[in-house]
Amino acid sequence: MIYWELFLSFFQIGMFSFGGGYAALPLIEQELISVQGWITNQQFIDILTLSEMTPGPIAINAATFSGNQITGVFGGVVATIGVTLPSVIIVQLLAYFYFKYKNITMVQGIIQGLRPAVVALIASAGLTIFLTAMFGHSDWPLDLGELNYVSIVFFAIAIFLMRKFKASPIHVMIITGTLGGIVYSLI
Amino acid sequence: MEKMDNKTLYIKLFKSTFFLSMFTFGGGYVIVPLMEKKFVNELGWINEDEMLDLIALGQSSPGPIAVNTSILIGYRMAGVPGAMVTVLGTILPPLFIMTALAYIYIAVRDNAIVNNVLLGMQAGVAAIIVNVVYNMGKRIVVQKKIIPILVMIAALVAGIVYQVNILWLLLFSGIIGALTTIWKLTHEDNEVERK
Repeated sequence: MIYWELFLSFFQIGMFSFGGGYAALPLIEQELISVQGWITNQQFIDILTLSEMTPGPIAINAATFSGNQITGVFGGVVATIGVTLPSVIIVQLLAYFYFKYKNITMVQGIIQGLRPAVVALIASAGLTIFLTAMFGHSDWPLDLGELNYVSIVFFAIAIFLMRKFKASPIHVMIITGTLGGIVYSLI
Repeated sequence: MEKMDNKTLYIKLFKSTFFLSMFTFGGGYVIVPLMEKKFVNELGWINEDEMLDLIALGQSSPGPIAVNTSILIGYRMAGVPGAMVTVLGTILPPLFIMTALAYIYIAVRDNAIVNNVLLGMQAGVAAIIVNVVYNMGKRIVVQKKIIPILVMIAALVAGIVYQVNILWLLLFSGIIGALTTIWKLTHEDNEVERK
């Protein structure tokens, strides 16, 4: 049954995203695109775009929206519950031990060990997103003829604004969205 | 902290987390500091040190950190029922907003202007992710510790070139983290004994 599969997929995503919303991206990519084939690269980027544009935790936004895209309103509810449930269980267990022993050295040690791998995983999902933004897809081989030069310029502007002026994600989205609306409509 | 009955406490917990999730852009890294401000400075329910511990704990658990932190605050204030109230407060706003947005998206996705705006935003999203990866990667590299850097490179190659399942990569690096911690703990014990 699709709802049960959806629940399991998002339960897994919630269970193994160590390090906040961005850590959920490689898992969403693996589960929803590669394993289940429920969404395309293009939809994946749209999901991320809309999650950045709206208030609230990014992983929850992405879960509700993807679930909706896959099987409608109830799918959105199921995906959201699925991604949240591991937190509800694990966090309270950790909290119980923390308030009892005031010591979570081992847990923190494991998390520190995970961090470099999580960075690599986000980088891997980031590569898919970057290539899709620049070429329209991320499948090898990439043809330079498909390269979108306007997108490269927008990308450079966004990086510049974030590094130089510490622009926040929402500002970057508004600026690149406005630029896209004007430039692509003119050419 | 003034005395209040359970019902008032639950309502306050729900309202606080609901409004923070409803009106805060930028995800967990922006919401969590605002939660700290709300519960430590405005309401005075949790002291600063304990809040820092709760935030560290929220970041040590899998899942969205804003959700994790809200669960911890609810649990700290009113046990398991409190945690249920705060987690609902945090996930309901995105549930409503994104469900509505999903409908709008289907209706306007093929509109030429909307399409152009989203195409422009794709470059923005790519830049945001590249920037996040750069900041996180830099934090690992500047520590100049050999094991984390090797794990990062190995995971990058395994993930991108060999498409190894993410769960294996997490398991592998988690075990390395556990071994490093055990080594550190026993090492520190030895140092104490030598003194």
